[in-house]
Amino acid sequence: MNPAEITSTIRSHILQEFLPGEDPSALTDTTPLVTTGILDSIAVLRLVTFLEGQFRITIEAHEADAQHLNTVGEIARLVQSKLGTA
Amino acid sequence: MTYVLPELLERSARAFPDRTAVEESTEGSITYAELMRLSDRVRDRLIRVGVRPGDRVGMMIRKSVDAVATLFGVMKAGAAYVPVDPTAPMERCAYIFQNCAVRAIVAEREHVRGLEREFAGAFSPVLIGVDGTGGGGPLRAALDGLDAGDRAPPAESPPADPAALAYILYTSGSTGKPKGVMLSHSNAAAFVDWCSSVFDPRPTDRFSSHAPFHFDLSILDIYVSIKHGAALVLVDESLGKDPVRLAAWIAHKRITVWYSAPSILALMAQFGKLESQDYSSLRYVLFAGEVFPIKHLRLLKSLLPGPRYFNLYGPTETNVCTWYEVPAVIPDDQTEPVSIGRPCSSCRATVVDPSGRDVARGEEGELCIAGPHVLQGYWDLPEQTKNAFLPGRDERWYRTGDIVIEQADGNYKFLGRRDRMVKKRGFRIELGEIEAALYRHPKIKEAAVVALPSDDGVTIRAYISPAGGERLSIIELKGFCSQRLPLYMVPDVFEQRDALPKTSTDKIDYQALLRA
Repeated sequence: MNPAEITSTIRSHILQEFLPGEDPSALTDTTPLVTTGILDSIAVLRLVTFLEGQFRITIEAHEADAQHLNTVGEIARLVQSKLGTA
Repeated sequence: MTYVLPELLERSARAFPDRTAVEESTEGSITYAELMRLSDRVRDRLIRVGVRPGDRVGMMIRKSVDAVATLFGVMKAGAAYVPVDPTAPMERCAYIFQNCAVRAIVAEREHVRGLEREFAGAFSPVLIGVDGTGGGGPLRAALDGLDAGDRAPPAESPPADPAALAYILYTSGSTGKPKGVMLSHSNAAAFVDWCSSVFDPRPTDRFSSHAPFHFDLSILDIYVSIKHGAALVLVDESLGKDPVRLAAWIAHKRITVWYSAPSILALMAQFGKLESQDYSSLRYVLFAGEVFPIKHLRLLKSLLPGPRYFNLYGPTETNVCTWYEVPAVIPDDQTEPVSIGRPCSSCRATVVDPSGRDVARGEEGELCIAGPHVLQGYWDLPEQTKNAFLPGRDERWYRTGDIVIEQADGNYKFLGRRDRMVKKRGFRIELGEIEAALYRHPKIKEAAVVALPSDDGVTIRAYISPAGGERLSIIELKGFCSQRLPLYMVPDVFEQRDALPKTSTDKIDYQALLRA
């Protein structure tokens, strides 16, 4: 999967699960997710479960925080780094 | 025999000076003797800056040894502590401090400027800034710094007054502003002594402190632990939300008494890999704050069969007032949540109909509580305080708002609420407070918020009708809410309509919204 596909998979999952009804163009690669209440702690857990299943990667507990998962761009980078070293 | 809460620390500091009183989830810890000394210094400083018995002192500081020393220092000065959630919007924290007119605030340095900006010169409590938290070091350094310029002479604690306020805990308010629940030392002491009689606490115990200090679950953690010379083991905020790390931490820290809302226990049962850890130290699992979905409780008990499980029930206004021990085996076919149990020996309960008359045994009605746990009132809200109690009785019977039915075995079953308060992950939410925040949005014409049952408890759904018919960005709406409300109150789902359905009296028709 190339970087653009990874980003698009993540973006559509977040729109569908956590922002139903939102105009897709409103969610950019740099929209803050955790610090703005779009993803709460339970949503982060669900997102991590999705990423692990979808991309067959393991996300460590210390990576599942606002620093690594606050935007679509950061999530995509985390996933890519996992796939790159796999 | 009633007492003031700092006496619990004094007694344990005499009996167990070298035992650990408080331990942080990372490295910091403090002994009873040191906690006694540090909280004395906080008292001396507060008295030096003008805090007097009957005053309030705000706290905007993360859970830490520093925070525990601060709250004891505040009470030793004869004042009530008012803890706020340092991660909540600044506007809300500043409102709380201003509402109860705190004389001083102990705050982490990063919040000081934000508070001053919010007060805008209209309100000027003494601000004591602390550079971070951890092991009591930052608090000690802040006190040293203040002493260097203006030494606080050792003061005497004022005479103990168990009827005085010990703390004010703010909860969600239906009118859009949080309201302060006033509790006295006697209120807390009656509850703490009841815990002593039921949970046989020991100096070797290690109590978890999962709930934040602005939450009434913290009263059991802090004061039962300190009373018995046990160790209070603090869970910081990020660890507290992470079921995987937390489950390992409980085993590693050899926690003996765990107390939290059910939601984090349910998550640990599902994601915590409990079967791979050693929980032989754990004696009690206590939960309170919301209904524990039975399938998650059953799973937890099957993975962790060792400890005894208790459902503790009660709003902040009474702290725990009824309790129930979960039976060793939950039948496979049981689909209803466990009972909320019987009144604590220090409380009396009755069930009333909408007119306030006692119902016959076994009929449903609103649960009301009398006795020494019951709050003093809401801060500066005489009307709401009056309405919180049953009218026309000689004694103060607090109306919980919870509809219950007494079962044949004498235990109460919780059926629902009589108003618009809901519980989400143990947090108490007035749907009206969310609506009030939404109405402050310049482009929202109408807003109605409902709670719907979901797998994890409840989903908060907001229906809005935008002014001018233009659709609003949900990302923007969530951001708007998160600046005005704690994150747990931000609606999960937004639905936009041209207009919201109305009843014949032109009020928003919630029933029609729920049907649609």
